[in-house]
Amino acid sequence: MSDDEKKNEDSKGFEGAAETGDPTAQADAAAEATTADAQSAMSSSGTSAEPAGSAAEAADRDVEPAPAAAAEPVEAPQSFPVTVIVRRYDPEVDDEPRWVDYDVQMYPTERILDALHRIKWEQDPSLAFRRSCAHGVCGSDAMRINGKNRLACKALVKDFDTSKPIYVEAIKGLPLEKDLIVNMEPFFDSFREIQPFLQATGKPEKERHQTIAQRERFDDTTKCILCAACTTSCPVFWTDGQYFGPAAIVNAHRFIFDSRDEASQVRLDILNDQEGVWRCRTTFNCTDACPRGIQVTKAIAEVKQAMMTGVKL
Amino acid sequence: MAETTTVTDGIHYHQHDVVIVGAGGAGMRAAIEAAPKASTAVITKLYPTRSHTGAAQGGMAAALANVEEDSNEWHTYDTVKGGDYLTDQDSAEILTREAIDAVYDLENMGLPFNRTPEGKIDQRRFGGHTRDHGKAPVRRACYAADRTGHMILQTLYQNCVKHGVEFFNEFYALDLVMAEVDGVQRVSGIVAYELATGEIHVFQGKSVVFATGGFGKIFKTTSNAHTLTGDGVGIIWRKGLPLEDMEFYQFHPTGLAGLGILLTEGARGEGAILRNASGERFMERYAPTIKDLAPRDIVARSMVQEVLDGRGAGPNKDYVYLDTTHLGAEVLETKLPDITEFARTYLGVDPVTERVPVYPTAHYAMGGIPTNNDAEVLSDNDTVVPGLYAAGECACVSVHGANRLGTNSLLDINVFGKRAGNNAVAYALGADFVPLPTGAADGVVKLLAQLREGTGTESVAEIRKALQETMDRNAQVFRTEETLQTALDDIAALRERYPNVRIHDRGRRFNTDLLEAVELGFLLDLAEVLVVSAINRKESRGAHMRDDFPKRDDETYMLHTMAYRTDAGAAGAQGIRLDWKPVRVTHYQPQERKY
Repeated sequence: MSDDEKKNEDSKGFEGAAETGDPTAQADAAAEATTADAQSAMSSSGTSAEPAGSAAEAADRDVEPAPAAAAEPVEAPQSFPVTVIVRRYDPEVDDEPRWVDYDVQMYPTERILDALHRIKWEQDPSLAFRRSCAHGVCGSDAMRINGKNRLACKALVKDFDTSKPIYVEAIKGLPLEKDLIVNMEPFFDSFREIQPFLQATGKPEKERHQTIAQRERFDDTTKCILCAACTTSCPVFWTDGQYFGPAAIVNAHRFIFDSRDEASQVRLDILNDQEGVWRCRTTFNCTDACPRGIQVTKAIAEVKQAMMTGVKL
Repeated sequence: MAETTTVTDGIHYHQHDVVIVGAGGAGMRAAIEAAPKASTAVITKLYPTRSHTGAAQGGMAAALANVEEDSNEWHTYDTVKGGDYLTDQDSAEILTREAIDAVYDLENMGLPFNRTPEGKIDQRRFGGHTRDHGKAPVRRACYAADRTGHMILQTLYQNCVKHGVEFFNEFYALDLVMAEVDGVQRVSGIVAYELATGEIHVFQGKSVVFATGGFGKIFKTTSNAHTLTGDGVGIIWRKGLPLEDMEFYQFHPTGLAGLGILLTEGARGEGAILRNASGERFMERYAPTIKDLAPRDIVARSMVQEVLDGRGAGPNKDYVYLDTTHLGAEVLETKLPDITEFARTYLGVDPVTERVPVYPTAHYAMGGIPTNNDAEVLSDNDTVVPGLYAAGECACVSVHGANRLGTNSLLDINVFGKRAGNNAVAYALGADFVPLPTGAADGVVKLLAQLREGTGTESVAEIRKALQETMDRNAQVFRTEETLQTALDDIAALRERYPNVRIHDRGRRFNTDLLEAVELGFLLDLAEVLVVSAINRKESRGAHMRDDFPKRDDETYMLHTMAYRTDAGAAGAQGIRLDWKPVRVTHYQPQERKY
């Protein structure tokens, strides 16, 4: 797809939402406002992949006298009605996307993916979305849920205010194909451009050696599952589809800081491009969106730093 | 190199020397061998990085001896014994011998393994892997935290990008095309459905590799992805080719209770302990020597037995605990970070301070498409189908016998994926295309039209749910003739309903409604083959535990099951003919299996 086609698709999606009153616009603003807070909290928990707060919770539990408390639910949880409003779009039928309400019975510990399945399997089998592993490792079901990019299989009902509807729509900035499905090709094109594979000369007899510290240096960015939650949460990417985007930079980082790799400079040159790292405005949306807890913005900053001062392994 | 595309009567025709179906570990490992030498197409239902190889956690076995003494002969012994002596021993020897280079290959390709203080690949303990023929657990599993499968999948995809492998993403293979040449049925290609457009594509290939993964979705509680519906195995079955050892289905001991999400055996490798409601380390009673690190079939059975005997935990006494609280936050965060997060996210339980509720979850098919050691698909006990290869979970070499050891599947996909790729490309370079028979895509066009245009009232989701529930209830860890017969009757009734399923989405683009209906057809076929094979094996061996025949019977059943589809099926049922195939024994005579 050419850039122009892509832009057209994007703008169509945007205008459609604007005309019908984008219900996630407020949530969007709220998400941006709280990003800085969330970021500072996450930084304070070091390299932990856990959401802010878990450390405090763990500390609370530590003061309990029982050394290994078994988790016993006090009573069986009850299901309750939840309204899920999904942005539907079938280009074979619809001129523009439309929001459709569904009422589903949910348990608090169920996933938003379970709600979508309940809609698809019990109410409207035509609803189209991608999913596979259902526990946050395959990266198929990145979606915009209440204005924030999440994996539907890692977003639990109990984490939402279910007195209000939950809004679900496709991730933004990639051409919308149908319902919650977007065209992922531009995203993978950017990934492929940064030469995401180890480049090392010589064929060792066994393994290449690497110290524990050298291995740790790029650990965070090896976690990427290419779900596109980061890239499609980035305001720069929304307005400029040519920008490599956070995910491609994360994957470049994974190799730039791998002591075994010999092509760091090649990747730095690629990302020094006008559509490269310098487009990043450090809004931290990407870090906030990453379902793997990767410090995406930090990784981008380290790539920028490497361009200026060389790679510190 | 052959690589052309034409469109005739709305059907797209492609030519590639090698056509690989599936982009998980085995498919991509094959592609890395084939693509540099010949035109190679990978047809994949999912974007490659979505494949379920990425969900594998604990490690990949290889006797590198990086941290303690080890040998591939010990590894072979463990694999044979772990498979309850149904493992083909020459195949297991290949697996464990080539394991070592398979790990170095991955490291050289860039895989970020955890390291020892000397900078070598680190290794951890895993179930059933022992020092010197069962004396004690051994550190054999090479790993990258508890995301080894993720790293393998990413590394293989990265190297496919490097080699410019051509992927057809979200193309759903639905048929294998064969044609008779000189009296022999040979491979001509495959037929696929493009999810984005609803269009049909025929991929003609000189050789075809099936690497389509498993079919855990025949069960309700499973570690498997929603997309693991056995399409590839089902295609082979519908072609009249046999399936081997389908009754042997592995239940992984530690699924998150009620959800089935996998918690790696690597947790027990790092020292975690299974406990019943009263806190007892019950594996001491079932496997006194290696306890919690016994093979999966034994641990899963022990857990279910605890629950059946009333020692289960929780309000319904229907699970046991995985206790990691003594490991400390450091070990959990650095070596087991993902499963720590899974427990926190999905059960609200923190493994640092709390025991995690677990119960066996349907995990892995030991059986599948029979192949020889060169990954060539067999049409009977030893006749090769020229040009057709299979590797990974969909295949049955058999290196796993009646019960696979943990970390041997990531090994399997690398060793036999590589063999499949090498052999498929060698075959393609010395062969011509087999002409496509007229109407090569007719079967698929008809199948899709029947489903899409059907006027029935049955729900795909309801039939699938009923199938999964009866399989969980009647064909799981413990089986009897009676429960299996109940499952078979239920499946027959569901098969009768299946032709009347209603597709609500009549569109062409991303018709996932239609896709799920097609998948259900494969699930029904494979569940039935599994159950019929299980009824026929009146003994207990590995993962196949018959309460009514609790002993292993080597006199009668030291044989692989071979199931064939026949035309003569009773109402609702397929015609299934069962036969046997001898187990290849080299050095290890069957012995009582104690741990």
